[in-house]
Amino acid sequence: MRGRRLGAALATTLVASLALVACAESERGNEGTPDTLIFGAAEDPKVLDPSLASDGETFRVTRQIYETLVQPELGGAEIVPGLAESWEPDETGTVWTFHLKRGVKFHDGTDFDAEAVCFNFDRWYNFRGLMQNPDISYYWQAVFGGFAQNEEEYADALGESLYKSCEAADPYTAVITTTRVTSAFPAALALAAFSIASPTALQQYDADGISGTVDNPTFPEYAMKHAVGTGPYKFVSWDTVTNTVTLERFEDYHGEKAKIKNLVFRAIGDLNARKLALRNGEIHGYDFVAPEDVAILRGEGFNVLTRPAFNILYLAINQSGNPALADIRVRQAIAHAINREAIVSSVYPEGSEVAKNFMPPSLPGYNANVTTYEYDVDKAKDLLAQAGYASGLTLKFYYPTNVSRPYMPDPAAIFELISADLQAAGITIEPAPLEWNPPYLNAVQNPGDHDLHLLGWTGDYADAYNFIGTFFARPTGEWGFDYPELFAAFVEADSEPDYDTRNGLYEDINAMIADFVPGVPIAHSPPSLVLASNVTGLAPSPLTDERFHTVEFVTP
Amino acid sequence: MIRLILRRLLQLIPTLFGLSLLLFIWLHRLPGGPETAILGERGTPELREAVRRSLGLDQPLWVQYGRFVGRLVTGDLGVSIQTHRSVWTEFGERFPGTVELTIVAMVIAVSVGIPLGYLAARRRGTWLDTLAVGGSLFGICIPIFFLAYMLRLVLSIELGWFPATGRQSVGINATRVTGFFVLDGLLTREWDAAWDALWHLILPGIALASIPLAIITRMTRASVLEVLGEDYVRTAEAKGLTARVIRQRHVLRNALLPVVTTIGLLTGGLLSGAVLTETVFAFNGIGHFVAAAIPARDYPVLMGFIMIIALIYVLVNLLVDISYTIIDPRVRVR
Repeated sequence: MRGRRLGAALATTLVASLALVACAESERGNEGTPDTLIFGAAEDPKVLDPSLASDGETFRVTRQIYETLVQPELGGAEIVPGLAESWEPDETGTVWTFHLKRGVKFHDGTDFDAEAVCFNFDRWYNFRGLMQNPDISYYWQAVFGGFAQNEEEYADALGESLYKSCEAADPYTAVITTTRVTSAFPAALALAAFSIASPTALQQYDADGISGTVDNPTFPEYAMKHAVGTGPYKFVSWDTVTNTVTLERFEDYHGEKAKIKNLVFRAIGDLNARKLALRNGEIHGYDFVAPEDVAILRGEGFNVLTRPAFNILYLAINQSGNPALADIRVRQAIAHAINREAIVSSVYPEGSEVAKNFMPPSLPGYNANVTTYEYDVDKAKDLLAQAGYASGLTLKFYYPTNVSRPYMPDPAAIFELISADLQAAGITIEPAPLEWNPPYLNAVQNPGDHDLHLLGWTGDYADAYNFIGTFFARPTGEWGFDYPELFAAFVEADSEPDYDTRNGLYEDINAMIADFVPGVPIAHSPPSLVLASNVTGLAPSPLTDERFHTVEFVTP
Repeated sequence: MIRLILRRLLQLIPTLFGLSLLLFIWLHRLPGGPETAILGERGTPELREAVRRSLGLDQPLWVQYGRFVGRLVTGDLGVSIQTHRSVWTEFGERFPGTVELTIVAMVIAVSVGIPLGYLAARRRGTWLDTLAVGGSLFGICIPIFFLAYMLRLVLSIELGWFPATGRQSVGINATRVTGFFVLDGLLTREWDAAWDALWHLILPGIALASIPLAIITRMTRASVLEVLGEDYVRTAEAKGLTARVIRQRHVLRNALLPVVTTIGLLTGGLLSGAVLTETVFAFNGIGHFVAAAIPARDYPVLMGFIMIIALIYVLVNLLVDISYTIIDPRVRVR
């Protein structure tokens, strides 16, 4: 009889569960009513003040709230007007005049004008203390190099600032003066980190009030709870418990108003969980679709959007370890030994390309006529023999595990293919697999015993220096070579004010790099994002700079 | 009794210190640091050095440990390197989720495991017994993440009965009071929010319950079998007590003693199971957060987590010992 009771209890539980099922099903209708779009991100933003961030998840959110003086065109990398309608440098290349758009309002109702622009630039330039932490003001440091007063503890990584002053010549003309000519202007001003915020809100919510001790910085209230820009969406709330950021259409937006009223970014860390949440209708789209899922999701009727490739995977050769690698013939042999077409066709998603330069073809400065090293095993063996390694050569090859980067979908598979190619040419490979972050990055970015390794880059903004300058403009532990002529060529190109002349110089540099074979550029891969079948209007951006105000629901 | 508690609490202090020192050294010996994790592909030696310095990692290890302990004694766990928010705030937001999940898992494990184990023992050798024993073997062997994927694939993607991810649907604008979503919904009388939150707990709860459920079923079965063969049960039967009284007063009470101990220990273990379950279900609890803190080398979060887990383990054990003295008069400490 006891048993019967237990049976009854179990039955009751079962009935209760079924009742719950019915209840939950009736609720599912609430999710994603047509005035709310929920997009699956990989992480929460770090902050809401883009000038304090350097990560894509923060910028994904702030791009909807804020605007920059110039901006990348929708779905491209070309620089087009943003808050500035036009701009021009003077003949010295150091005085830049920006003619601003009129009738633009911040979300708090204040007017956008030249004073507001200068307020923002002066604010960044005058960051003090912890705000100069490279983890916090990364992009200001990367582009402008220093502050009004560099703090002693960060001085090693800082220099004289590129920024000199900003003046409001009239309410709609802002004049920015730099201390020297730079190739970064104006493209770098399109970075989300240089978003123009409402000066009133910045002051009201103590935007520079970073507090805490050196190893315990705490972000100011503005950066966590208030974000006031001029963009098509205004900030409503950020719930770190459910990992959601909620935005609402800004009705006084100066451009085309957002089509969907509420925009929610929901962070789901696990890629598979994102995929299942999409299939289950909990989100309307997500980013970073795994290459192997592209065809599957398309087959299920989802809109898989492919971004133009704006990245590079390369095989790096470290010249300061194994003496054989300082011999250019050995490096040429490695380049000839690798069948890059096979790698791209077997590991990479549709639309990927074999790389010739260490930068994508869409960028000005790209040189299609550089020396290339076609796949030729015999030639590779000859070159090795000429260099005195006919009897063999052993190289330590580092590759990362448990990671997929936009430019490197499956590092282990890429390693296997390259490794097999090199063995076929008579090079013995000693594999060195390491977990991506931090052990792997730590090992290959510092001087050490890495002979070969895989690494890559996704561009921040449309400038050749952002790719090749990052890799080759100075001696590094990653590549281990000293090539003063190349470093000097970078200095010359970076300080050339004329756009076309500068890009001509970058073409020459690309040729120099290809002749020198510091490594082997392998592939450019187009990263994908996915939307539900009833969502359209998103322009995939090579800079992963999607703006959601053009997105709408359609009846399928 | 009070003396026992005090002594145990005092013993806690050297335990925590020893543990923190070992883990501190071990964590800092792992290759790479937060600076590499933060900068990713962008790391130049100068930048990495600057970040290290800004985090105070350029100081000798003993100075860093001293700072950690100095903060710890005032109850400060520091600030998360990933989010720049206080570790207490981060944990405070996530603990309720993990606690809710643990409670649901434990309720499932106990409410199914004990009756099932009991019935299996009573009907030893029947199909029910075979099912319970075989099922519990399955529950122990199956990896949590695999079970979690399968549950989600069938019950949420195919059948659409349960949500696949998260703690609450995005459309629900729930009022937050305590951070325990189900409780909040009940307190504010937002019934739909409470249901929705509970609904999100079921699948991860089942996944997390699999191991304790299996263990509890087996323990109960074995323990009941043992007790059924005891002399005092036979005596009770002989003196004509009703079957019900024998079962409740003599069999169950005695048989459940070892089960209670196990439940205590299992509750502590659930926290490590939560790391996997929460990741699979994108459930924003402690486990999910700590799993992300490891590759980021978020030292303050990892140290804080370990300290708290150690504390919980010790306290749970203490509670188990105390409850023992209440259930079983024989183990009362003099």
